[in-house]
Amino acid sequence: MIRQFTQSEFLFILASARWTLLLTVMSMLLGGLLGFLVALARTSRLAPLRALAAGWIGVIQGVPVLMLLFLSYYGLALAGFDLPPLIAATVSMALYASGFLGEIWRGSIQAVPWQQWEASSALAFSRPQQYRYVILPQAMRIAIPPTVGFLVQLVKNTSIVSIIGVVELARAGNLVNNATFQPFKVFGTVAAIYFVICWPISLLARRLEGRLHARRAG
Amino acid sequence: MPVVQVEGVHKRFGAVEVLKGIDLAVEGGEVVAIIGRSGSGKSTLLRCINGLEQIQSGRIEVSGHSIDPSGKGLRELRKDVGIVFQSYNLFPHLRVGENIMLAPRIVLGVSKAEARSRAEETLAEVGLAERFDAWPDNLSGGQQQRVAIARSLAMRPKVMLFDEVTSALDPELTGEVLATMERLARHGMTMLLVTHEMGFARRVATTTVFMHQGKVWEMGPSERIFGAPETPELRQFLGGGLK
Repeated sequence: MIRQFTQSEFLFILASARWTLLLTVMSMLLGGLLGFLVALARTSRLAPLRALAAGWIGVIQGVPVLMLLFLSYYGLALAGFDLPPLIAATVSMALYASGFLGEIWRGSIQAVPWQQWEASSALAFSRPQQYRYVILPQAMRIAIPPTVGFLVQLVKNTSIVSIIGVVELARAGNLVNNATFQPFKVFGTVAAIYFVICWPISLLARRLEGRLHARRAG
Repeated sequence: MPVVQVEGVHKRFGAVEVLKGIDLAVEGGEVVAIIGRSGSGKSTLLRCINGLEQIQSGRIEVSGHSIDPSGKGLRELRKDVGIVFQSYNLFPHLRVGENIMLAPRIVLGVSKAEARSRAEETLAEVGLAERFDAWPDNLSGGQQQRVAIARSLAMRPKVMLFDEVTSALDPELTGEVLATMERLARHGMTMLLVTHEMGFARRVATTTVFMHQGKVWEMGPSERIFGAPETPELRQFLGGGLK
């Protein structure tokens, strides 16, 4: 039986966007936390920590998100941890985010002029005090535009978790299309919803970037 | 007892030896100018005195704290030694007043009220009392440099180091910074300054050190160093520098 693409199908797709949003928020928070530690380790004075963080970034960036997803879903299941799909999805997206955010923030920290380290150490700041009061506040400004830019990628890339059966936006579209065979309507709707989520974030990124440059120039 | 004592200090950058056994003693209240060609090691010496550069051998003692090649006890020493750089290096994300209050607050642990009164006091000392709430970016180079001096002074250092602090400034702005330094000297601050301002060194410094090829080549009372240089190298340097 072929169903029509009606309001109820549309609402089903729209409602499933909440999982896309939840997944994005959770993986941004967890990945951000881990990515922050990665960035700190990457700029540490201890060579083993730096190497560890560089290795982490290299592996995460060098492996498809899909493999992270399969590893945390099927892999961990084999190892005896039977994770619900949503948890496995969150874990893998958070790992993915940690690698990229770690690298973005590493660059932001290193973009703060080295004289700022020198001036603060000459004033007898400890290393944590330098980070807390001098380096990170400046790095944060530098980091905002690329971080927001990455967030847009993250929203769209959550569509990959449909593969392990999480019914988020993309998967919901797929289900509805299987029942209605109206791919243009269905996936057009799905694409429009992604756009409505991502477009304001992109705008925000561009505005923040503009403001940053204005400050620099002024 | 000298406030700054430098004994047999050697410093290498890779294979290049920049300081080849420096001995220097600075008494309290003395103003010591360090002059010499670029590459003579004068800035490096200054930076070694508060541990921004690590020394390979020798010993540096500043008001009872010593630096040895291990670099231990650096933070304690830095509380007593202020340094002002050529490029000001104010914290651009903080207002002028906050720039000055930060180190006393978090390093010395003084109260907010005390930090504020120190900031107001030192800003007044450098003639910028009314710029407390300004952003560093909105100040001229000369004003930024004076804020940097105030920021160091708020730590109540026993010694102030000045590393070519007027070299990045337009000629019309160097005057205000030099006047600030001269007033500090008059108030009895112990100062070491690396400078290309020969007139200022001659007038304000009690002692002038001429560095050449990583060594203290000639030193003595400024009047004598500038008026009757003994070594041909210093004579040539002054002759070239004063043209």
